[in-house]
Order: sequence, then C-alpha cells, then structure tokens
Amino acid sequence: MAMMRYAEALNRALREEMARDQTVFVFGEDIASYGGVFKVTQGLAEAFGDRVRDTPISEQTLTAMAVTAAMTGTRPVLEIMYADFLPLSLDALVNQASIYNYIWNGQVTMPFVLRTQGGGGVGTGAQHAKSLDSMVAHIPGLRVLAPVTPADARALLKAAIRDPHPVVFLEHKLLYNTRGEVPDDDTLGEIGRARIARAGRDVSIFATSRMVLEAEKAAAELDAAGISAEVVDLRSLRPLDLDAITASVGRTHHAVVVNEDWRFCGYAAELSATIMEHAFDDLDAPVERVATLDMPIPYAETLEREVIPDAARIAAAARRALA
Amino acid sequence: MVLTRLLEERLGDLHKAGKTRGPIHRCDGQEAVGVGAAAVLTDADFITTTHRGHAVYIGKGLEPRRIVAEIFGRQTGYCGGRGGHMLLGDVEHGMLGGNAIVGASIPAAAGMALSIQLRREDRISVAVFGDGAAQTGICHETMNIAALWKLPVVFLLEHNEYGLTVHHSVQSSVPDLHLRAAGYGMPGEQIDGNDVIAVHQAVSRAAQRARRGDGPSLIEARTYRLEGFSTSDMGGYQTPEELAAWRRRDPIPQSREILAETLGATRVADVEAAAAREIEAAFETALADPMPAFVPHAPSVPYTARGEGA
Ligand SMILES: Cc1ncc(C[n+]2csc(CCOP(=O)(O)OP(=O)(O)O)c2C)c(N)n1
Ligand SMILES: [Mg+2]
Repeated sequence: MAMMRYAEALNRALREEMARDQTVFVFGEDIASYGGVFKVTQGLAEAFGDRVRDTPISEQTLTAMAVTAAMTGTRPVLEIMYADFLPLSLDALVNQASIYNYIWNGQVTMPFVLRTQGGGGVGTGAQHAKSLDSMVAHIPGLRVLAPVTPADARALLKAAIRDPHPVVFLEHKLLYNTRGEVPDDDTLGEIGRARIARAGRDVSIFATSRMVLEAEKAAAELDAAGISAEVVDLRSLRPLDLDAITASVGRTHHAVVVNEDWRFCGYAAELSATIMEHAFDDLDAPVERVATLDMPIPYAETLEREVIPDAARIAAAARRALA
Repeated sequence: MVLTRLLEERLGDLHKAGKTRGPIHRCDGQEAVGVGAAAVLTDADFITTTHRGHAVYIGKGLEPRRIVAEIFGRQTGYCGGRGGHMLLGDVEHGMLGGNAIVGASIPAAAGMALSIQLRREDRISVAVFGDGAAQTGICHETMNIAALWKLPVVFLLEHNEYGLTVHHSVQSSVPDLHLRAAGYGMPGEQIDGNDVIAVHQAVSRAAQRARRGDGPSLIEARTYRLEGFSTSDMGGYQTPEELAAWRRRDPIPQSREILAETLGATRVADVEAAAAREIEAAFETALADPMPAFVPHAPSVPYTARGEGA
C-alpha cells in the first residue's frame, strides 16, 4: 500500500500499462511535454517517446482516429481535457466506436479509452464545469467508468485499457488532489461492480464520482441524527451493477440517487427508473433524486453552490425519503 | 470495374422491382477510382470508403457473392447482415469500412495510419471520400494531423461534382480541391478519375511516398456519378447535357478500348462474360441464402451480467 493522490494513481496506471504493453499509447492536448493540464500524464513522454503525443486541438478527429487505431492493433488512451468538450467527440462515440463490434459481426474489438474530467466547484464557468454522464452512458456499446478513490482510479484505468470495448473514463477536477491508499500489486478493477463505501440500515444513497464524497459527508451528518445511511459508490455507470443496487434497496427499503449531471434526463433519472423497475416491491417510499439544477453552470461561487449538489442536499433528500 | 457496374445495374433492377431494402448508392461511372486505387494495395493495407463504396469493396478483393449477401441482409454477408450496403467491413482484406457519416472515412484512415506508424509496420491506409466530405471540419483536422505526423495515408478525393443534390460550386470556396494540400504542406494533384490507369499511377506514387515515411498526399480524382445520388434520388438537378457529356467519358468503354488494343477484343469479351457469370451466380446464391437470426449484443447491455466475474 502507498498513499497517493488520485492524479498520481492514474499516472501510475498509465505508466504500468504502457510498460507492460507496447501497443498502449497516450495522446491529447498538452499531455506530452507539459504532462497534462491536470498533470496526469507527467513524465510519460520522457519514458515512452512517441507513444505519448501532444496533439492539435482537434477533438472530433482525434476521437475518430482513436477508434480506428483501436480496431487495427493499438490501445489508444485519448485525453479530452474537459468533459464539456465531449460533444465534439460524440459522433465518433455514437456513430463509430460503439457500433463496429456489433455491425461487423465481431470482426473487430475496440480497446479504446477516452479519459476526461468533468464537474464543477471551482469557478470554471458554464463551458468547463459540466458533467455530461448521461450523454455517454446512453450509448449502447460503450462502457462508462467514474472512480472516486485513488485505488479505484488506478485499478479501473488499468482494466479499461485492457478491456476490448470502448471505455469513457470520467474523472473529476476536484478529485485529482484527493489522497488514498493504493495497493502495490497489479490489481485490476472489475468493470460493472459497485462498492459499498459505507454500510447502513435505513436508507441507500447511490452516488457517482465526487458525489460519493458528498454522500459520505451526508451519511456522517445523518448518523449524528440517528439515521444509518448506506453509501453505494456505483463506479461503473455502464454497465451498471444492478445486483448491488437491488441488494442494497432490499436491506434499507429507501433510496436516494445522486449524480452531478443535470437532473432532467440525467443519469440520476436512469438510476431512479432502474430502482423503480427492479426493486419496486422493496421500496417503502419513492426514490429521491439529487442532481445538478437544470440550467447553465454559473461562475460566481455563491451561484455555483446553489446549482451543484452537496452533502446538505443529499441529507435532506434522505430525510424526505424516510419521512 | 465491369463486376462493379454489373453489380450496380442488377441492384438498380432489383430496386425497381421493390426487392431492395433502404437506399442504395450506386457508383456507375466512377468505378475507376475505387478499383484503380484498391489495385495498388495488398490485403495488409487498409482502405476506408463512403456510403458509395461498391467499387472499393470489389477492388479490394471481396467476393461479389458475400457483398450481395450483405446488401440483402443475409447471414452469409460479410457482416452477417448487420452492416448493410453502406457499412460493410471485412478485416481479412483490410477493407475497413464503408462509412455513411459524411467525412468519417477520412479520420478513420488516418487513425489506422497512426496505428501503423506506432507499430512501425510496412502498410499504408487510403481514405476514399467525396467532394461533399471534403467540406467537413474533420477533413481539415485530419489533413493537418496526418501531414504534421507524416502518417502513411493517402487521401483520395472522389470528386463527382455533387454532394447529394448540391453542386460543388455551391459547397466549396475553391473549384480545385487538390490546391488545399499546399495549406497542409503535402503534395496534391488533380487527375482524370475516369482513367483507371491515371488513378493507379497517382495512387502508386502517393502510396510509395507513404511507405517511405514521407507522409500523406491528396489526390483529387474528377469523375461523375451517372445514376444519381441513390435509389431514392428523384433527379432534376443534373442537366441532360452534363449527363450526356459524362456518359461519353464512361470509364468502362474507355478501358475496354485500351485493353482490346493490347490484349485483343476476344480476350476482353471473355473476361467480361466471366464477370457477368460471376455476378449472375452471386445474386442467385446470395438471394437464396438464409436471413440471420437475432442475437442480442452482450457488450451493449446496460447492466452487468448476473454471475459475471467475482
Ligand atoms: C454528417 C452527415 N451529413 C449529411 C449526411 C447526408 N448525406 C449523405 S451522402 C451526402 C452527400 C455526400 O456527398 P459526397 O461526399 O460528395 O459523396 P457522394 O454522395 O457524391 O459520393 C449527404 C449530404 C450524412 N450521411 N452525414
Ligand atoms: Mg460527391
């Protein structure tokens, strides 16, 4: 075990996978000599030469190129600087990456990882603070991962790189400096498995990415008031660990879903519908949904705080579910 | 070229008889581009094409019978009926796809070239795309990246005067698209796309350059589609004079004449007769082939499979 920052854990995963497999390469804007604007790829260019490339600012094309590079024998890891730029990658995801394994009848696999980071909280404004989780999780054929701990960041990125299907790997700008224990062994994460971040009896809080940390804070607050909340870190947005969800609802009979994407048609809406469809008989109350307000993300701190979910809103939702 | 033309004509007949499914984009009149280019390549080389890719499919060595089977959604088609006429792909021949998102065949070939470069392989890739596709953002982005990184790719612009119904003069700020190559620091040339030898020679030069590691080239092959945009095209935007002028430049009679001079008319007629028999047999067998059975796509399922993993 070693204590490290989330960004370091990702760096380690990339380094290990690039050393292990010559076909893994990393490309994106400002990622080579500068080491990435969030410093995730620091030092990789020195270690791996032309397998680490700075690119022109051409997200649409880079994503499309990653797709066909992946189907012809390499394992590209593309960094898209902000999740807000994912709409530029969308054609390559919706109309290319996600379709070929099926429509070419299994002739090709697509070991392609698109790393990006989203989320608000630091005043980056409406074009650099969004979480567009549902936009990518909507697409059949893609996998979407969103680890919150450094250990999962490393283990799931390694699993994503080795996976034969396209993976959108969602990081969060406020997670890069968080610290945690990371095992020394070659642990691979398991795609499609949730994690119980905190066990509880009265209400299940299903959360993703940084919202897991807010949910844990909410659970501590609720605990002080005598409410035992279970926090489930979904980790894998697609495929989703349905068994973990139904099992947790089976224990607590109350559910809160939390996600930093917009509320309307957002990822939380899918979670809510999933629980209704698969665990309705276990529910003692309607599912409570906590998500970002349906509006552009404002800049000023006082305004941004109103829009993005936090522990207080999660705790309030849990109380409503139990009321 | 003859195989392709016969395929297109037969598809046209079957469309009129209501026996096809979805639109079919015939390439009658522009066979020399796809066939001439593919002839330069080996199975190890990659090629990408558009929604109008039949000449590339045939040129790259795919069997007519399995192409027809795919077009008619049969189990025996190259993609088991999952792709259809626009999205056919065959890994074995490096024919990595028809692509019906206009412009998408361009970065697709460049991504393959990147993979080749990173693995230091002795292959190249070719992007076939239309004059309409040349106006997309990804076309410009790709040409910049490919020239910057000296990727082993050939950009083959199949200029048939129209993007759907819109003439190129209404789509492009310059009439001669090969001139754009200069802006990316790569060679560009314009050729007669109806002259299969000219296509072969230009693509050979560009392929050699790519294999040497000197990077991409842009070839603008001027041609024309004689049968409209697709089987659902209502027409009306091509003048009869224009059509007649291009019919006189049909690549097949032109090549037939040249070949007859060197090989003799009998030999050419024999080859054409064999092509006709092959297409006839391809349709006969493929149309009798079974339709595929539906199987869900496991990697698309949104929930983790029960009992999967630990
Ligand atoms: C991104 C996108 N926009 C529009 C279309 C609809 N469309 C299909 S083919 C076509 C014209 C393409 O023209 P060109 O690239 O010259 O190819 P051609 O049909 O002439 O072979 C259009 C507009 C599409 N399939 N994809
Ligand atoms: Mg055209």
